[in-house]
Amino acid sequence: MTERDLVIVGGGPAGIAAAIAAHENGVRDILLLERDQYLGGILNQCIHTGFGLGYFKENLTGPEYAGRFIEKLHSLKGIEISLSSFVVNLTSDKTLTYLKPGMLSTIRAKVLIMATGCREKTREMVHIAGDRPAGVFSAGLAQKLINIEGLLPGNEVVIVGSGDIGLIMARRFLLEGAEVKAVIEIQKESRGLIRNVVQCVKDFGIPLYFRHKIAKIRGKDRVEGVDIVKVDDALNEIPGSGSKISCDTILMSVGLIPENELVEMAGVKDVNKIFGREACRAIFKVAKLWKIEN
Amino acid sequence: MKTYDVVIIGAGVVGAAIGRELSQYKLNIAILEKDQEHGFGVSKSNSGIIHPGTQNPPNSLKGRLCVQGNVLIRKISHELGVDFKETGELIVAFSREEIPRLLGLKKEAEQLGVPWLSIVDKTWLRKNEPNLSKEAVAALYAPTAGIISPYRLVYDLCENAVRNGVEIHTANPVKNILKTDRYFEINMPNDTFRSRYVINSAGLFADEISRMVGVNNFQITPRKGEEFILDKKREHITNHLLFPLPQKDTKGVLVIKTADGNPMIGPTAEDINDKNDLSTSDNGLAKVLTAAKKMIPSISESDIIAYFAGLRPVAGEDFIIRHEDKAAGFINVAGIQSPGLTAAPAIALLVRGLLGENGLTLKRKLLFHKHRKEITHLFSIPFSITQKLVKKDPSYGDIVCRCEMISHKEIRDAISRGAKTLDGIKFRTRAQAGRCHGSFCTTRLMKILAQERKLPLTRVTKRGAGSEIVKKDRLDD
Ligand SMILES: Cc1cc2nc3c(=O)[nH]c(=O)nc-3n(C[C@H](O)[C@H](O)[C@H](O)COP(=O)(O)OP(=O)(O)OC[C@H]3O[C@@H](n4cnc5c(N)ncnc54)[C@H](O)[C@@H]3O)c2cc1C
Ligand SMILES: Cc1cc2nc3c(=O)[nH]c(=O)nc-3n(C[C@H](O)[C@H](O)[C@H](O)COP(=O)(O)OP(=O)(O)OC[C@H]3O[C@@H](n4cnc5c(N)ncnc54)[C@H](O)[C@@H]3O)c2cc1C
Repeated sequence: MTERDLVIVGGGPAGIAAAIAAHENGVRDILLLERDQYLGGILNQCIHTGFGLGYFKENLTGPEYAGRFIEKLHSLKGIEISLSSFVVNLTSDKTLTYLKPGMLSTIRAKVLIMATGCREKTREMVHIAGDRPAGVFSAGLAQKLINIEGLLPGNEVVIVGSGDIGLIMARRFLLEGAEVKAVIEIQKESRGLIRNVVQCVKDFGIPLYFRHKIAKIRGKDRVEGVDIVKVDDALNEIPGSGSKISCDTILMSVGLIPENELVEMAGVKDVNKIFGREACRAIFKVAKLWKIEN
Repeated sequence: MKTYDVVIIGAGVVGAAIGRELSQYKLNIAILEKDQEHGFGVSKSNSGIIHPGTQNPPNSLKGRLCVQGNVLIRKISHELGVDFKETGELIVAFSREEIPRLLGLKKEAEQLGVPWLSIVDKTWLRKNEPNLSKEAVAALYAPTAGIISPYRLVYDLCENAVRNGVEIHTANPVKNILKTDRYFEINMPNDTFRSRYVINSAGLFADEISRMVGVNNFQITPRKGEEFILDKKREHITNHLLFPLPQKDTKGVLVIKTADGNPMIGPTAEDINDKNDLSTSDNGLAKVLTAAKKMIPSISESDIIAYFAGLRPVAGEDFIIRHEDKAAGFINVAGIQSPGLTAAPAIALLVRGLLGENGLTLKRKLLFHKHRKEITHLFSIPFSITQKLVKKDPSYGDIVCRCEMISHKEIRDAISRGAKTLDGIKFRTRAQAGRCHGSFCTTRLMKILAQERKLPLTRVTKRGAGSEIVKKDRLDD
């Protein structure tokens, strides 16, 4: 089995940064594994601006911002980038198995950096009752459909949760000619940045309902509407406060959770333990190098 | 006009089992299904339990067929390579007063012929079911209970039936049936078939089909059951299927093991009017959680990762399986509520018998393909085999669904085996059935499906017309 000095899983901003920082610190045998066909992670679908304001003193889109670092990465010797490479197994001695079209490989890492990003919570995780029709998307999936695939998920949208991705998608749907009927937030205030609340929702006159939740999704085949209801400070439904909104699309923007299944698979309870001393130093640099501004 | 010996209406587990059974004989057979894909009715939304036969009245048809089905399903799943697993079940008593009822259930089940039943005590339970509530005092243990993937069973039965010459026509709702001298004329929106025999296994809609031939002697009431699926991390929360003592119309809320590994809790039981209402409710969730926690206190709401509802097609207490003399050649297979999944292979034998008694000649084919090529699921094979597969076909190494590890090859296979919708892919492969519920792979799946089926992306659906995923493609502007 081959052994590599440093293996980085995930070619998003964190993984790229880790690779560059490790290289700057003298590591010369680096393998970067990315399951997608391209580097950049989530930034590829963030075509809005606001990236790079601090680091580059420029207002860049996500792909532009990522592009600069990807270019830098390619210019460095000693970093092997392996795309379409899906890590499917990790053991406690840092042995990784990954699949790639045409091959399955197993390697050992002296030092391993996990930069696998996060995923969005789904409708199912927050247990919204009602029908299960087409037309319920995580905000990030809708973002990918519109920004990368050029597909419009729907025409009348209700957004559940006021996380940043949801807010940004409110504006995005409007720009595509869709109608955004409401943003429903169970808390007293938005989870997202004030800037996004103002520029993506308020400026367009989209109603934002705080202390409200979705009681039910309606629609047999495709979403037809939602029942919403007011909640009190203990988040209990207030009887008689229900109303209905018709829509054909629901976006879930209710939070992110880390993709740490591989680390768990390796039996790691305390995630920090997986980083070697060298890697920690690199990570430290990463933190300095990468401050995602948006 | 296309003419058949037998037309089966409804491609659920019952229609599929009948189709496969009859495919051993020299007959022209067609199965008609209203949905875009087979198996999207009751047969995909249930508990997936192969019941041993307990909790049925001793003289009931459903009880007898359940006991017989429990045996037959083993042979079928072996032949077809379906993932049947014998887990055993425990019907748990929570007080001394409940023990006589356990003994009563045992006696009834023994009259039906359920084998190897025993009453187990607290010590046994502690040892074999350590997460079970300390309140449990005893249980009726039925070792022959098992689990199966209900939708994979339907797919496998259907594919094997097709291999043996049966035609399955999906997206063909039967609208009316005309009885002529020798034939039934079965009308669909775009076609008319003729058949000497008609088998009505239309699940929730069997009463409507029966009325089409003038037999109006039963009515189907949907009884809703909501079920909640738990995270796979909780796979080993129980070692057996756990039941409380049964109530009037139901077996109660269970803690279930499933073929996919995720435990499941449910179902509720509520009579409703709408045969299309598959919604879940906060109320249902609360009921199921409370009842499940009574058995396994460590279950928590945050373990739930998915949920669904199914409708039991109820027509009185028992199954209705009979030849209707009023419409000679017409066989009703209706009211197939629980344990219909278990009983399906036995129902098929019974129906074969009815056809024979009513004049159909049953001659065995010389060649019947009873086995089926096994389907590869990367998640269920060791890496050493995956490695060989990837070498042979590189697209096994191209992972499309990250949560369940499903490759491009498996997706394409599912489509060539008949998947026409995203749900069809999901139930055949598990892609989209994991933690992220398709947030990651939906776009990729849409593109593969569109390409293989030569569809525009705007016509890719979740489960058939009306459930399109996206409204507009920028390329069309
Ligand atoms: C939909 C969405 C929209 C967002 N929008 C914004 C925004 O507008 N502004 C902002 O600042 N932040 C945004 N975020 C937060 C965003 O996650 C971070 O800003 C940033 O992308 C994090 O970088 P990362 O490298 O940790 O993760 P990611 O960018 O997610 O990169 C992780 C990479 O790891 C790869 N990977 C994962 N598992 C494996 C495996 N097993 N094998 C191989 N490769 C693997 C993935 O393919 C991915 O490329 C958004 C997040 C999401 C989910
Ligand atoms: C919540 C729940 C839990 C259950 N748990 C279990 C269990 O653990 N074990 C067990 O053994 N049983 C269980 N059952 C029962 C079991 O699911 C059913 O008995 C079984 O699936 C019935 O199969 P079927 O083929 O009769 O019906 P279906 O699967 O509904 O098939 C009927 C088919 O007919 C089609 N159809 C209807 N009308 C027309 C028309 N006009 N033209 C053409 N096609 C038509 C439908 O689309 C459908 O595909 C459960 C049921 C429920 C609801």
